[in-house]
Amino acid sequence: MMPASAARGRGDPVVSLHDIGKRFGSGIEALERVDLAIAAGEFLSLIGPSGCGKSTLLRIIAGLSAPSRGICRVAPASRGAAGPIGFVFQDPTLMPWSTVFGNVLLPFRLARRVDANAHERVHAAIAAVGLDGFEGAYPRQLSGGMRMRVSLARALVTDPELLLLDEPFAALDEITRLALNDDLMRLWQRYRPTVVFVTHSVFESVFLSTRIAVMTPRPGRIVADLPIALPQPRRRELRTAPAYAAYCDDVSATLAAAMATEAG
Amino acid sequence: MIAFGRVLAPLAVGLLLLAIWEIAVRAAAVPPYILPGPMLIAQTLWTDGPSLFGALLVTLRVTIAALAAAALLGGGLALLFSLSRLLELSLFPYAVILQVTPIVAIAPLIIIWVQQPFLALLACAWIVAFFPIVSNTTLGLNSADRNLLALFRLYGASRRQTLLYLRIPTALPYFLAGLRISGGLALIGAVVAEFVAGTGGAETGLAFRILEAGYRLAIPRLFAALFLLSATGIAIYLGLDLLSRHLLRHWHESAVTDEEE
Repeated sequence: MMPASAARGRGDPVVSLHDIGKRFGSGIEALERVDLAIAAGEFLSLIGPSGCGKSTLLRIIAGLSAPSRGICRVAPASRGAAGPIGFVFQDPTLMPWSTVFGNVLLPFRLARRVDANAHERVHAAIAAVGLDGFEGAYPRQLSGGMRMRVSLARALVTDPELLLLDEPFAALDEITRLALNDDLMRLWQRYRPTVVFVTHSVFESVFLSTRIAVMTPRPGRIVADLPIALPQPRRRELRTAPAYAAYCDDVSATLAAAMATEAG
Repeated sequence: MIAFGRVLAPLAVGLLLLAIWEIAVRAAAVPPYILPGPMLIAQTLWTDGPSLFGALLVTLRVTIAALAAAALLGGGLALLFSLSRLLELSLFPYAVILQVTPIVAIAPLIIIWVQQPFLALLACAWIVAFFPIVSNTTLGLNSADRNLLALFRLYGASRRQTLLYLRIPTALPYFLAGLRISGGLALIGAVVAEFVAGTGGAETGLAFRILEAGYRLAIPRLFAALFLLSATGIAIYLGLDLLSRHLLRHWHESAVTDEEE
């Protein structure tokens, strides 16, 4: 099922979810009554315990999975027509037989739009993630962090209206993870996609997001929707700012409450 | 040092074994029609070389044609299977039946049915060689990464694009592994078929020379033919291994060289 694309008026949400429920064939109730509207330019984090259905929700938004009930409307404008939605998985998910350049070129190749403009954008995206000079390298020659950068470049190369990230940095070490958080902020400023970011890290979500949706354990529901009014652009110094710590406290408490309600 | 050992160590073992063999045969005065020594075999190889080599070419032609047919038809069948699950489910059991039926048992039938001797031998060798390729390639085509498949869907890839850019590259190492197994099997199939067809064949391959030498108690000649057969099998394996390493050199763990690690 492809996301319904329709002409979107100014101010209309990029993603709107109404009463989304998802029950798997195995009978597991993954999502229940999820309502969410995401406006253009927002950086929304979905945070919740493991198995709360946040990845499932992301796949529904991407059109990779159909909801059992409810309506999911995704209305990307036409600006990145070769690939209106970018998706980054927890694993870099690169084609090992293809070079960095070949991997980043993939969206254009699948859209049959490999031309000079596409080549230019692939080079620009690879440079934007700090990998210029590695165009001809194969994934196995790169470190885990570099592979994830290639994955980010591939997701951004079409200049997508909507960028979906499914715990992209969960498998990386702390140092690489922080560096990639900074890079992601820089890339967001540059490409300006609407972002939905799935994570289970409070610190990561507060640092990155303009808004955080907190989910309960299975079946996942959104119990809190918190705007994060920290200054933009987000820089490293923010991690030690009192306002950042206060938001982290707030989100942690909300998350703990969400988990307690369900457990009780 | 490692590369040095890789060639020299097995070579030294081989020479040692040959020396023990030669000394034992001479010391116990074993007659050459029971067990010839390596020296005598080498000498026979030299004198009978030209005629044996001609026979080897006949066997080799059958082997290579059978391997090529197995690669084409095996790979093609696996592609068809990947396009239609129903086709895979309906045909795969018969590929298994073909595989488990001993070639020695059906070779006489094939030789009766297929009049042209070369084609009859080719058919026998092909039956033995094609299964590893079908089965491996089918497995490979179904082994594409789930997330990459999702990504291809997200970018609206057609079935053809998914096959071309994702399933076939994923299947390549599996296909090559199958090909390496089939290389040896094609040779065995060609030899077995010739053993059965032997006397009826117009052209004589190496297998027939082995039978003939056995009947005439020309045991050194038999050993010389055996030596040629093994050497051919090894050469086929090494050739296919080289091909596999070359095609996968950039990305597959099996083809990674030490210095890149």
